Amino acid sequence: MKIGILKYRSGNLASVANALKRLGAGYLVTDEAERLEHCDAVIFPGVGHAAPAMEDLRNLGLDQWLKMTDKPVLGICLGMQLLFESTPEGDCRTLGLLPGRLEKFKPNSIKVPHMGWNHLEQIKNHPLLNGLGEEDFFYFVHSYFAPVTEYTLAAGRYGDLFSAVVAKKNLMGVQFHPEKSSRSGRRLLSNFLDLAGSSEGN
Amino acid sequence: MLTKRIIPCLDIKNGRTVKGVNFENLRDAGDPVELASRYSREGADELVFLDITATKEKRKTLIGLVERIAAEIEIPFTVGGGIGSVEEMGDILRAGADKVSLNSAIVQNPDLIRHSSDRFGSQAVVAAIDARATGNSWEVYVKGGSEPTGLDAIEWARRVEMLGAGEILLTSMDRDGTKSGFDLELLQRTNTVTTIPIIASGGAGTIGHCIDAIRSGKADAVLAASIFHFREIEISELKSEMKKAGIPVRI
Repeated sequence: MKIGILKYRSGNLASVANALKRLGAGYLVTDEAERLEHCDAVIFPGVGHAAPAMEDLRNLGLDQWLKMTDKPVLGICLGMQLLFESTPEGDCRTLGLLPGRLEKFKPNSIKVPHMGWNHLEQIKNHPLLNGLGEEDFFYFVHSYFAPVTEYTLAAGRYGDLFSAVVAKKNLMGVQFHPEKSSRSGRRLLSNFLDLAGSSEGN
Repeated sequence: MLTKRIIPCLDIKNGRTVKGVNFENLRDAGDPVELASRYSREGADELVFLDITATKEKRKTLIGLVERIAAEIEIPFTVGGGIGSVEEMGDILRAGADKVSLNSAIVQNPDLIRHSSDRFGSQAVVAAIDARATGNSWEVYVKGGSEPTGLDAIEWARRVEMLGAGEILLTSMDRDGTKSGFDLELLQRTNTVTTIPIIASGGAGTIGHCIDAIRSGKADAVLAASIFHFREIEISELKSEMKKAGIPVRI
């Protein structure tokens, strides 16, 4: 099994690659859609600003690939956010694969960014969340958040309730950084690898 | 609920961990990756590595070390110590660090905060402020606390946030190494003028001090070195006491 790590300007590639290495998974890092086609599943990482990230994805044709693919995809942090329709960050249209517009946390009674370890609420059953529950903590760093929708598998709470884990068919996303979330994050990534393995050859 | 963070700080010299009191009587304390793994296993929420190497080759050794840490450690970590440019930051982040802490360089060139947060996102930029009390206010010191700048620490904290820092690592030089507790007033005053997270540093001696920094100082995270290095306080014990005190922690 091979996992593609989608490479573009906004990726935190080293951390994701290290996490896959620790799990013993094969991976390749690429910005070419053609090479992603040879992978069993794809991780779509991301940190930083939405607007330059979208521009980079469009220039590489990866926005189209993400819209067309039926391979399991896991968006991480900004990668998850870009699956939604639009964001006030640079007032930017994003991939539109999930309904909803991002919002920014308002620093009235809370500090922004939402930075640190938080747990999940309102968890739905999904193979991605096997073995994970409200007692698990994940590492978050973000200033914008996605609304809770019918595709939300688990919510996070920081002032507002927001989407922490989402899934729509083959597309999945997590707002936190599983590659930095100790044993709970390792479990989530391992669940994703299991999903990728079970969809192999379908 | 967002939990409060416990952050052990490791001083690094020539790629090795060193322990000492106030940078004096430094002695070798082993491989930073091993110590970092231990802290991570024991429940540290994040780690800070402060490179105090003074040689010209320091950067190369540091990059190699950051790569080894990133391969091993499953929690976020910050690297600091003499970092002075966007390029250097890029090298360290690409090697696998999550954040870089900037201190002297941003006092000399405040635009470095803006340039680095534009390039890497503000979450990667930690503004480290070394503050020393002078009467009713605090003055910012640089170059490892050896050089006064004339800057007011509270005003400087407000400014680093405006320039794009994602977090403030606030060290009380008066308390550093004394184990007499954090400078709660410094923490409170800084908290009132900023909205980004603040890491309290300097003065940790007891579990009670750490609880005070969060409850009374309104800190978001507590950083300490010697109490963890010398195993005066176990991270697991600290966290369970914090939990008993009603502070949300990751256990």
